[in-house]
Amino acid sequence: MRRAHFKFSWIAAALLAPQLLIVFVFFYWPSAQALYWAFTLEQPWGGGNTWVGFDNFRKVLSDPYYWSSVRVSVIYALATTVLAIGMALTLAIFVDRQLAGYRAYRVAVIWPYAVAAPAVGLAFQFVFNPGAGIFSYINAVAPGWWDLSQNPWQAIAAIVVAGAWKQVAYSFVFFLAALQSIPRSLTEAAAMDGARPLRRMIDLQLPLLTPTFFFLLVINITDSFTDSFGIVDTLTGGGPFRATDLLVYKIYADGFRGFDYSGAAAQSIILMLLVMALTFVQFRYIERRVHYT
Amino acid sequence: MAEISIRKVSKTFGKTTVLGGVDLDIFNGEFVVILGPSGCGKSTLLRLIAGLEEISAGEIAIAGVVVNALEPRERGCAMVFQNYALYPHMTVAQNIGYALKVAGVARAERQARVEATAKSVGLTEYLDRKPGQLSGGQRQRVAMARAIIREPRVFLFDEPLSNLDAKLRVQMRHEIRRIHNRIGATSVFVTHDQHEGMTLADRLVVMNKGSIEQVGTPAEVHDRPASVYVAGFIGSPAMNFLPGQISLVRRGVLLENGTLIPLAQMPVLEDGHLVQLGIRPEHARLTPRGRGVIEAQVDMIEDLGAQRLCNLMFEDMPFCVLIEARPPLPAGTPVGLDIPAEHIHLFDAASERRIEIALPLPVAAPAEALTG
Ligand SMILES: Nc1ncnc2c1ncn2[C@@H]1O[C@H](COP(=O)(O)OP(=O)(O)O)[C@@H](O)[C@H]1O
Ligand SMILES: [Mg+2]
Repeated sequence: MRRAHFKFSWIAAALLAPQLLIVFVFFYWPSAQALYWAFTLEQPWGGGNTWVGFDNFRKVLSDPYYWSSVRVSVIYALATTVLAIGMALTLAIFVDRQLAGYRAYRVAVIWPYAVAAPAVGLAFQFVFNPGAGIFSYINAVAPGWWDLSQNPWQAIAAIVVAGAWKQVAYSFVFFLAALQSIPRSLTEAAAMDGARPLRRMIDLQLPLLTPTFFFLLVINITDSFTDSFGIVDTLTGGGPFRATDLLVYKIYADGFRGFDYSGAAAQSIILMLLVMALTFVQFRYIERRVHYT
Repeated sequence: MAEISIRKVSKTFGKTTVLGGVDLDIFNGEFVVILGPSGCGKSTLLRLIAGLEEISAGEIAIAGVVVNALEPRERGCAMVFQNYALYPHMTVAQNIGYALKVAGVARAERQARVEATAKSVGLTEYLDRKPGQLSGGQRQRVAMARAIIREPRVFLFDEPLSNLDAKLRVQMRHEIRRIHNRIGATSVFVTHDQHEGMTLADRLVVMNKGSIEQVGTPAEVHDRPASVYVAGFIGSPAMNFLPGQISLVRRGVLLENGTLIPLAQMPVLEDGHLVQLGIRPEHARLTPRGRGVIEAQVDMIEDLGAQRLCNLMFEDMPFCVLIEARPPLPAGTPVGLDIPAEHIHLFDAASERRIEIALPLPVAAPAEALTG
């Protein structure tokens, strides 16, 4: 590929400036600030920060609440990913096979991705409301059976469903593209070889989707760590009894409600390292993606 | 009884009619080649037989069973696709053995049959490779092996050689014919290449715009083309056509410029009937100026190595003659043309169908005498 080389010019600088400014203000500056806080402690009565080394990290990692947050986050990540990928794959296979009405839901299925997380949370607040909507009917039969604010597992289920609903769209688009890039003659060859649709799916389509599958796995897990704040905040507020206190939510709660900037900053750094590791895996994987030709 | 019997089969995609009422019988053990230009509906016809497309109207029967409603797997056909359609994530062995695996054949037997089939097409060393690591010719062989291993009643080929280079194409052509002779299944082979068609076929089916123009042995189709279309499509270089009308009095075809081309026998037609006179480049003869029935001018001469292709202009129509000699004929040289009556083909100008001249044709040996 040919690359254009530009000499330094004020026009180039001016064109780059807005983007650089945004990256600087919303990424490098806060990251630097977080790093600073993570290794320091604010003096109780003011007077600046003192260097404390890894103390903040030690404190975080020995906090049982932190580990319960890790546990919930992992459950949330795995559950949303499995649910989202499963649903996306199912829908993509339906659309690919052009079952009745596929045109309508091909478009409909993509919409949720455009909805911001807090809005998703709000929408599901209505869906999961014990006093209104679907669950009020169940509660009418078995009073008090469904209550997000009381039952931890129901709260987790609620954020998982809301999170997965939001993720489905993205995975769906990728699965559909991958399915449609499988040459039709391959499917036909398998049909001539005697394989029925289900068999063709297992022997042909799913193996050919493996690269896409791994790509989406990493993307979904990363997303569930970082993009879940809005859902938790609007739907459960981290409760009940910290049951839905995901890592990203706990950072917010500790930092801005508990005013423990240093602890929150240390958690941020840990989460950032985790996401970087996942991103690294993803890039490595995309680079060496299996290509069949 | 016909192995494949196609009755008034039509196929439409939305509003476009791709096949309009095709009738064809293909007999047991026969090698039939469906020949026609790109887009004439050859693949569609093949896919209808295979069951990959739904029949819009009409009926297809294989071995006496109407298969219209049957799935591809229930029809006993194997197909070789133009782009081979190998499973990219499976090894050669898995590709070849997939049909048996689906059919539930035990692993040991499967392996034995895969090895035997691979050996028969010379793929033994490549069994563990993926299709991506094979050359075009090897992929072609895998596609063949995948079809052969199923021991199908019918082989369907959709332009299987068109992605190969010229030399390999000839080699694989021979191989396909050998395999057909060895296995004895019925083969239906689609191509747009007339050489492939002529050399492979027991019977040729010439298609044009969704219908069949002529069915016959390669020799029949070449020697007695049923229409202007077939006459122009089969044979290389293509047949020359001269428009004219029947003159009963002068016993020949009167061309538009008043030249008369004599016929050996007169067809049963009224005087003045409009016709197209056809003559193949290898049958017309170049003569010195004034000595032939037609006067023409040299446009250019192409040297094919063994022969020369003389492109002439007659009036303002191109006319082509194939000759052995290397005459020094610069462009613009006036020459004469002889048109031997026994090689003339006549076609009705309106319907473009062949008009039989009641004439003792140059006797060709009957096909049975040669093949036994
Ligand atoms: N699935 C399809 N939908 C619409 N038109 C089609 C489809 N398949 C083939 N056709 C049309 O049918 C005609 C014949 O196609 P095909 O049988 O592939 O021709 P050939 O194999 O002789 O080149 C073409 O004009 C093609 O555009
Ligand atoms: Mg075709």
